[in-house]
Amino acid sequence: MDESGRFVARHVASLPKSGIRDFFAIVSKMKDAVSLGIGEPDFITPFHVREAAMAALEKGRTSYTDNRGTLQLREEISRYVEKFYGPTYNPESEILVTVGVSEALDIMLRATLNPGDKVLYHEPCYVSYAPSVTLCHAKPIPIKTTSKDQFALDPAALRAAWEPGCKILILNFPTNPTGGTADRKKLEEIAKFAIEKDLLVASDEIYSELTFEGDHVSIASLPGMRERTVFLHGFSKAFAMTGFRIGYACGPASVIDGMLKVHQYSIMCAPIISQEAAVEALRNGRDSMLHMREKYRERRDFIVRRFNELGLKCHLPRGAFYAFPDISSTGLDSMTFASKLLEAQKVAMVPGTAFGEAGAGFCRASFSTSYERIHEAGERIARFLDTLPSRK
Amino acid sequence: MNNVLKLLLEGEPLDTAQIGKILNLGQAAVESQLADLRKQGVLLGWRAVLNPSFEAERRVRAVIEIKIQTQGAGGFDGIAERISQFEQVESCYLMSGGYDLLVVVTADNLYKVAGFVHERLARIDGVQGTSTHFFLRAYKKDGFVITDSGAHRDQPSVSP
Repeated sequence: MDESGRFVARHVASLPKSGIRDFFAIVSKMKDAVSLGIGEPDFITPFHVREAAMAALEKGRTSYTDNRGTLQLREEISRYVEKFYGPTYNPESEILVTVGVSEALDIMLRATLNPGDKVLYHEPCYVSYAPSVTLCHAKPIPIKTTSKDQFALDPAALRAAWEPGCKILILNFPTNPTGGTADRKKLEEIAKFAIEKDLLVASDEIYSELTFEGDHVSIASLPGMRERTVFLHGFSKAFAMTGFRIGYACGPASVIDGMLKVHQYSIMCAPIISQEAAVEALRNGRDSMLHMREKYRERRDFIVRRFNELGLKCHLPRGAFYAFPDISSTGLDSMTFASKLLEAQKVAMVPGTAFGEAGAGFCRASFSTSYERIHEAGERIARFLDTLPSRK
Repeated sequence: MNNVLKLLLEGEPLDTAQIGKILNLGQAAVESQLADLRKQGVLLGWRAVLNPSFEAERRVRAVIEIKIQTQGAGGFDGIAERISQFEQVESCYLMSGGYDLLVVVTADNLYKVAGFVHERLARIDGVQGTSTHFFLRAYKKDGFVITDSGAHRDQPSVSP
């Protein structure tokens, strides 16, 4: 690094580089690689949604919007969240439209954390949680989840991890990368604990529509939780709209107000064209969403069966579009397994440790891809496993 | 719908061994199901879907609207079945509306289509009139959008 490194803030310099970045650099240079590493839908945004975006351009809808997002979109969000998740939010004061859930979570943390505060979150988890906390000069406190519990958060583990100074609990069900979900009973225990310790809950429910078994329950819908929960959601996964970069936060007015301050000074507003497309997705996108969910479910069943046939023990993820097989029987650690597999057979899976230490011994395989690719990946992984001394 | 059929209709290039693995059936079971579907007349066959621009360099395609005088022996069915026998005819449908049969034909060139119309079709008893339209360019075929949409071109191969 050149000498300009001295200008970089200490807490930024101390952040580890994302393990996924390194991996991406290798895969992107490789020809004929079969990637199970893609963390987004393999569907293109439904055409009626894209058309709404085109219509917005044609009508000349190219301005800023209200910092909170267009009232029309906030009203649709309010209806949608009430219908499918339970709580009612006032579009005028309790909903903020953001640039994806990533922004929503970031500004929520920035609006609520003081330096030295502590944030609980369950691991393995999405790559941004701990760094976003660190960037607020706060301390991330991971809680390990295990395959034994299908990566649901064990309330006892939460209780054990808590320490004085904890202010926020981040939840993400269904979970990227494990597909873990939390049933009502577990959530009720978690909610009880959050109330007891006066925790603010950030509930990232971006994969909630992609719940394959049982009903998704939002912690915001449980008694006493609406006033201490920021419900974070968006359009990327359910409606295959990753590139639109559009998400939202619903929560108590004072927290949303705090977030609005950060948002207005850093982002101004989410892009208007994406907001128009999002309105269309909420109004008319349910059929497309259900169709895509069915396709993911079919592919999930296939990939999970394949991993188990290959001797890589894999639980059935109840949501999202990731399988999280246990690769420890190979005698390799996650990173070595993923690197050797990539090198030998050109199959990309993301090492579980990219999602925190609790991911050690696992790899993430996205089934948001075609049958043909999943099948081909399965054949290649089988050939790779045959070469390992532990399998001979 | 039969799962094998459902998978075939998705259009992914899968052979019977692959389908067997995906559906956890085994290749033999998939093949026997396909044989049953053919026996039942559900599955007529399958063929590759070619890009029409590739085909257009070699063949021309036209739709012909045909009006029929129904007094003829065998009625619509008799005439339609007769027309369907010609090897130039790719598809043939009975239609509602301003004409009776819609016929899609392919031939080496425009003159061969013209010859088919006036030497074959026009001579069939009961054919009152024809109207021929040539295909110029395809934008979508059998569910495949032909134009290069560039979708997913910049999608990273690994992402969080």
